[in-house]
Amino acid sequence: MQDKIIQKAKELLSGGAVQVVIGYGQGTGDRVRAIFIQKPEDAGRLIMDGRCVQNLAGYLMKHEVRALGRAAIVARMPVLRSIAQLMYEEQFKDSDVAVIGISDANELVDLPDLNALKEYVRANPLKLTPEEQAEVDRLDAMTREERWAFWMEETSKCIKCYACRASCPMCYCARCTVEVNQPQWISVPSHDLGNLEWHIMRAMHLAGRCVNCGECTRACPVGIPLRLLNQRIIADIADNFGEEEDYALAAFKPDDKEDFIR
Amino acid sequence: MTDKKTIKKSSLDDLFKKMMADGKRVLAPVRKGETVLFQEVDGYSAVAADYVQTTLSAKEALLPRCEEMMRFTTAQSTVSLEEGPAKPSPVVVFGVRPCDARSIAVVNAVYLKDYNDALYKEKSDSTTIIAVSCAKSDEYCFCTSVGGSPGSTEGSDILLTLIDGDTYLAEILTDKGKAVVSIAPALFAAAGSEVKEKHLADVPVQFDLGALEKKLPGAFDGAVWITQSLRCIGCGTCSYVCPACTCFDIQDETDGTRGMRFRCWDSCGFGQFTLHTSGHNPREVQSQRWRQRIMHKFSYQPDQLQVVGCVGCGRCSRACPVDMNILQHIKDIVEAR
Ligand code: SF4
Ligand code: SF4
Ligand code: SF4
Ligand code: SF4
Repeated sequence: MQDKIIQKAKELLSGGAVQVVIGYGQGTGDRVRAIFIQKPEDAGRLIMDGRCVQNLAGYLMKHEVRALGRAAIVARMPVLRSIAQLMYEEQFKDSDVAVIGISDANELVDLPDLNALKEYVRANPLKLTPEEQAEVDRLDAMTREERWAFWMEETSKCIKCYACRASCPMCYCARCTVEVNQPQWISVPSHDLGNLEWHIMRAMHLAGRCVNCGECTRACPVGIPLRLLNQRIIADIADNFGEEEDYALAAFKPDDKEDFIR
Repeated sequence: MTDKKTIKKSSLDDLFKKMMADGKRVLAPVRKGETVLFQEVDGYSAVAADYVQTTLSAKEALLPRCEEMMRFTTAQSTVSLEEGPAKPSPVVVFGVRPCDARSIAVVNAVYLKDYNDALYKEKSDSTTIIAVSCAKSDEYCFCTSVGGSPGSTEGSDILLTLIDGDTYLAEILTDKGKAVVSIAPALFAAAGSEVKEKHLADVPVQFDLGALEKKLPGAFDGAVWITQSLRCIGCGTCSYVCPACTCFDIQDETDGTRGMRFRCWDSCGFGQFTLHTSGHNPREVQSQRWRQRIMHKFSYQPDQLQVVGCVGCGRCSRACPVDMNILQHIKDIVEAR
């Protein structure tokens, strides 16, 4: 697998199709980290194994990365989903990026362009794993008071470092609601109310958009299980809109049958 | 001459209880899932064992993530101040690492040097630091490269070093330290010839701090900042976990005619940190913000405040979601030709 990725990266770089390949390389100790390969002879530094889970899609929108030229990105399923969602939200165009896709079965997927990517994502709808569903159910089974206590305890650890936001490819707003202060929608200080408002707001803004990559949870320095908020919404969307539905809660249709939205 | 005593590990619970009976809140590292955080404890049994470094530093005792500065009421054209927050009760922070104890000097330099910050001062006056030397370190630690050591006494009121399974050597360093001993003199015994050095972690020096400080002023326009920070996502994690980061943001919250003003942690990693009202941003991109972090700690602060703004605790690197390793980046800068 890793060899195939390296080969593909070499081809893309030496053929001039892309100027940079975003992938995973050796980090500190046994960590891996995002690397940005610009020369075919450096492609050998690319790694692909179980540690390579960071959602790299956010880098496609970063100024300094864009300045390097057209990019190819090593993309497992969550990254592919992110790109599809970001295209839907018109964050980049078809020609902006090449994809080295990797399936859940760990096979290289041939995705010649982003339309092929969209089709591939559509054919593999987002589903919670049984383990993830079990965790959501465990929370559901709590009484309201228990659940409240659970979230107050968890969110009380939040220091508002916003790593959850910064690590999420879907959190790209130039001005996040928490930074809008006329009027002030969200309480900024990380006291109980501020933390609670922040997490409710973020979960709501990601409803129907979160790709369940887990990046926010991994990024959080104090270990808040943020994924549980998003996964509950993912489960709700699947129940209420069906898994086939495109971008539930994030789409606008002029002919929507509900008229409050028009 | 430092007063040296010994105290049994099994006496620490008694010490905690005596300090509490004396009206002190005791904060200590407590394990919470995969994190170790300073929290108020009611006995020694709550204290986490066997970790290299706490997830967040003890800075919060002196500089909380968000703290009330004042309350106010507005009427048509007047604002009147209400009684401010109550005076903090005395705190003992137990289990601070020597690097973190050293970081207090950096925070002091910002909050007490040119300007005497009353909120900070009253906490700093009423806080006692009982540090514990490091017997273990990890690949992220680099205290010895920035002037510290796993047994450094700087910034501590008492430094404990475990010299056998159940005995701590206690160096009583300040009047606040002596005050702790005087609460429970019977728990302390006179020390013999014990030395702490052989009980400390081995943390090799990794770079020449002087060489770094010389190099940085000329490196401002280098390409290194872009190369190093390509993967940086611009969160505030590195600053928020850092014991020596001191930047804050002021937030007013109002409810009708009443309001509160808070001081909250802030980070130079955020794009908004330097955003002007006009829309102009002198640090437009992440690489400039990364440069600021390194320059501030290793060039501007040594120049202007005579302290290095980093104590080598390694937290920023451990916590960075994208593995920005500050030690590696500094070494690369020092070694670059
Ligand atoms: S990453 Fe964690 S600590 Fe930081 S703002 Fe998000 S939830 Fe809070
Ligand atoms: S909210 Fe978390 S899990 Fe969902 S897309 Fe963003 S980073 Fe990934
Ligand atoms: S260095 Fe790491 S922790 Fe600091 S802003 Fe960048 S990504 Fe966040
Ligand atoms: S910059 Fe990093 S290593 Fe230095 S004191 Fe701050 S958190 Fe610790």
